[in-house]
Amino acid sequence: MADQALSDVKVLDLTQHFAGPYCTKMLADFGADVIKIERPGEGDPSRRMGPFLNDEPHPEKSGIFLHLNTNKRSITLNLKTATGRNIFKELMRDVDILVENFGPGVMEELGLGYEVLEEINPKLIMTRISYFGQSGPYKDYKGSDIIAEGMGGPLYMMGLPDREPVKYGDDTTLFGIGNYAAAATMVALFVAEHQGFGQVVDFGIMEALQSCVNWQLTMHPTYQYKGAPVGRETTAFGMLPTGGFPCKDGWVYMIVDPGWWPKLVAMMEMPELMEKFSNVLDATKKDEFDAIFYPWLLERTKKELHEMAGSVKLNVGAINTMEDVLNDRHYNERGAFAEIDHPVVGKLTYPGRPFTMTETNWEIKRPAPLLGQHNEEVYGKLGYTREDLVRLREAGVI
Amino acid sequence: MAKTLPLEGIRVVDLSVIWAAPFTTWLMGCLGAEVIHVDNTQHMPDFHRMFTRWPFPGDLDLPGGRAGRPGRKVGERPWNRDAMWARIGWNRLSCAINIDTPEGKEVALRLVDKADIFMENNSAHAMESLGLGPKVMMERNPRLICINMPSWGRSGPYMNYVGWGALHEAIGGHDWMRGYPDEEHPAHNVFRFHMDSTTGPTALFGAIMGLIRREKTGKGMWVDYAQMESMFHHFGEIYMDAAWNGRDTRTIGNRHPTVVQGCYLCRGPEPTEETARYGGERWINITINNDEEWKGFCDALGNPEWTKDEKFSDVLSRYKNHDELDEHISGWTRLHDNFEIFYMLQEKGVPAGPVQDWRDTYLDPQLNAREFFQTITQADIGTFRYPGWPWKFSETPLRVLNPPCMLGEHDDYVFRQVIGMSEDEVAELTGKGTIGVLDKNAPYPWAGPMPENIWGEK
Repeated sequence: MADQALSDVKVLDLTQHFAGPYCTKMLADFGADVIKIERPGEGDPSRRMGPFLNDEPHPEKSGIFLHLNTNKRSITLNLKTATGRNIFKELMRDVDILVENFGPGVMEELGLGYEVLEEINPKLIMTRISYFGQSGPYKDYKGSDIIAEGMGGPLYMMGLPDREPVKYGDDTTLFGIGNYAAAATMVALFVAEHQGFGQVVDFGIMEALQSCVNWQLTMHPTYQYKGAPVGRETTAFGMLPTGGFPCKDGWVYMIVDPGWWPKLVAMMEMPELMEKFSNVLDATKKDEFDAIFYPWLLERTKKELHEMAGSVKLNVGAINTMEDVLNDRHYNERGAFAEIDHPVVGKLTYPGRPFTMTETNWEIKRPAPLLGQHNEEVYGKLGYTREDLVRLREAGVI
Repeated sequence: MAKTLPLEGIRVVDLSVIWAAPFTTWLMGCLGAEVIHVDNTQHMPDFHRMFTRWPFPGDLDLPGGRAGRPGRKVGERPWNRDAMWARIGWNRLSCAINIDTPEGKEVALRLVDKADIFMENNSAHAMESLGLGPKVMMERNPRLICINMPSWGRSGPYMNYVGWGALHEAIGGHDWMRGYPDEEHPAHNVFRFHMDSTTGPTALFGAIMGLIRREKTGKGMWVDYAQMESMFHHFGEIYMDAAWNGRDTRTIGNRHPTVVQGCYLCRGPEPTEETARYGGERWINITINNDEEWKGFCDALGNPEWTKDEKFSDVLSRYKNHDELDEHISGWTRLHDNFEIFYMLQEKGVPAGPVQDWRDTYLDPQLNAREFFQTITQADIGTFRYPGWPWKFSETPLRVLNPPCMLGEHDDYVFRQVIGMSEDEVAELTGKGTIGVLDKNAPYPWAGPMPENIWGEK
């Protein structure tokens, strides 16, 4: 019996950058055999992206590549050559899933559209990730993280009222997309197992962001129902604190709903405030309250405030720096980080499992692969000899 | 054999609240699963239906998200028509069970007996004190995929704390790495949370993996999914940079770490409190990754003299002179509508996109060409267009199965057909208030009657 949930699932991975590799990482970390196909010579462009260990640019030291490609095997293959495409078709025979994030139409131009691949592998699942989807007037348009947020998501609503909208940090949006793509791939796999056929999952990033539930995206019907756009307005209730607040050693974030006001008073251990501020919706009292609240906060650390709030079940969070995150008690006691050993960078800290489950597990069986590390293993299985591989390399195929 | 929806035949019992888990079960419903939400009208507040209280005067007229009700009216049954709930209230069924009572708990467990998946995202403490923790569930139904998704998970020192998206933006470090780099203050009106949107698909991934695993082992499984950890992978390389290189990454705002990128004001009003609240501002996002895209950008502008400056001749020099370049770009974008710039730049192969407001989104040519929006009619709401699902499956296209479910709408089906209660039992439990909704017009005893003058009319 397979020891991980996806141990008998085979995936060919043509993705690069973030969203696609994150999708296939989720499959690989739960046991799928993922063969990552990289361009000969340079490989996945994320190998060239920072952060690098010790800030030393090196294709095997990119943090983002090492993070997103755990448990995968890497082969190099040039799909722009006829031989490369033929080898690709040979690989197609024995897989369940193909994931790609080229622009729409690129696979068809290579002669590797679903109709062609389906002939070779009738139950194939092909997950296709693109910014705007495989059809429609924008399908060939280019995107980026911020463009996706602007057209698909929350950007219109984020930021200060008299300034430009401001995006999420990092490439967060594109990472989230990897979760969607992985879930869709699992859906198609479930269908293939139950109903016996493969299919194409057409996954457009803009559409996924418009579909996801978040404060701003539940605003679709709000806009329709109320007939008013929802913008970058403040979310504070009357005099109640909302947003980031300075404390002794940094900042804390809180939102206090009118119903939670007694909890805040309990946390401050100042019962007299209940009477003093009997109408919390009265915004004119804000300055008076802040004059008490700010000095009180400044006497306490973010961790103290966070734990005090936790004990009265109020939502106050320490605005953690990266060092705080690494040292966070809760993350560490839950085992959210993993140690992974890699032949070039050595043993280092990585983000660990997304969740825990009984009956199966998340596991790092191998670190992210070196470029073309598994050429001999994978091509050997297809019957290519070492001499063949030399010839293919000279011809620029692998 | 006719093709069926992907999860047809899978039954989900749903005790989810607010966004993250209701989003997960909404996705399951769209995929064809029979999602039965357990409403509990005795419980205050009803965070599933966003019915937390009768609205405050003025709520309905606020432009923001609170109290989004059709026509800005409370309506006879506000619990059936809140926008934030209705967004994900379709493709699911509703039954009302008072799970605060021992009899109610037993009814809920009998429903779990008939389920494939159980999903909830209450605090760990809440489920345990109800006596409906995962141990109980798994004992009752060993084939169950039981997903508990409390904010902090079910272990660790903060396990019993409450939490939601806003809090975890701070805890996970996101508040530290987002926002304006030139403001000292770290949280700039960023009341939008990545956490809720990402937990949905990840929990779905876990649930289907559980179903696939069950095929082989015959056993269900328990998934402990801390919502706070849903973003953990997304900031992976930032955490790694901290662990490996000791770097404390802070926000760079809208900029890209290596290439030119920004959000630029276009023709239209200057941003003010007023425009931020009521709309009208026009913004464009532009990313220029390489020399080819830079050439396309210059072509789109008609190659003015400043574009030939040495300062902007390559990727590195452009990045080093980003501030000055931004001045030039803004000078140009201010003269044009954001959609005009979007089309002009994309024609030249330059990544660009408008910052869309709600009207832009509903009229969006791409989303409409792909039939993204779904028109749904529900008696207490009327007819509106809702955002659809995130994927297109070529062989098993998804569809609208039910409009946003009304409170207790499917009591009859759930109690008689799914659980198999006799008429006598239904009558007895209904009489006690254990199941069903006693007063369909005032189901929430804790809320009291609707205030007389709740801005004049219902």
